[in-house]
Amino acid sequence: MSTVKPLILIQTGDFDTAAEISRMTRGRRDIGAVVTFSGLCRDEGGMISALEIEHYPGMAEAEIRRIAEDVLARWTLTGLTVVHRFGFIKPGENIVLVVAASAHRHAAFEAACFLMDYLKNAAPFWKKQHLVSGEASDWVEAKAKDKEALQRWTTVK
Amino acid sequence: MTKLVYFAWVRERIGKGEEYLDLEPSIVTVGDLLSHLKTRGEEYEAAFEYPEVIRVAINQEHVDHDTPIKGADEIALFPPMTGG
Repeated sequence: MSTVKPLILIQTGDFDTAAEISRMTRGRRDIGAVVTFSGLCRDEGGMISALEIEHYPGMAEAEIRRIAEDVLARWTLTGLTVVHRFGFIKPGENIVLVVAASAHRHAAFEAACFLMDYLKNAAPFWKKQHLVSGEASDWVEAKAKDKEALQRWTTVK
Repeated sequence: MTKLVYFAWVRERIGKGEEYLDLEPSIVTVGDLLSHLKTRGEEYEAAFEYPEVIRVAINQEHVDHDTPIKGADEIALFPPMTGG
């Protein structure tokens, strides 16, 4: 059982990646690697005016925490932070942040990748696209390749 | 009474985000619940037209369609997730 406590934030407001890194590393001398992943809202070639992100309050945090605990059981990390926004998000704005820290780089890289692969498949968030044209907004469909991305984690350690 | 909660297009098609239902003892599994809900009117029929794609959580944990619903306080029904 890892002693690292993951920090999970589900919020409407933006996040500051540099501030989240320094929150994790301040005063520490054992961290040799910090990997961050940021997911941003695309405009899909100028088509999208905003994404509306719905979430399941309570379960969103609980599910990301379950995934984070799996990550911590699998890799030796010195810190793990996940921030996921909900509400209206415009193209160019942040949606999700993962910060993974470890003594050496490989654990942090793999942990951040695993966490995002599982988050996309199991964290209860749904995206609705609002269009520049003013046409009816519609829900984003889940992609098969996101599900396929999980397969490598069951074969590679 | 069991609390049912709906998200994304399941919520939109049914026209409400949550409701409390008295579930008959003959509704044993999540799959039974989906079949039952489908008979509750055209909004429900639209939401559960393809029950196999619907994802379900009991007390905020993912479950399969063959999971028994006995003892569930809150059952959530929603489309595949698209976060991140």
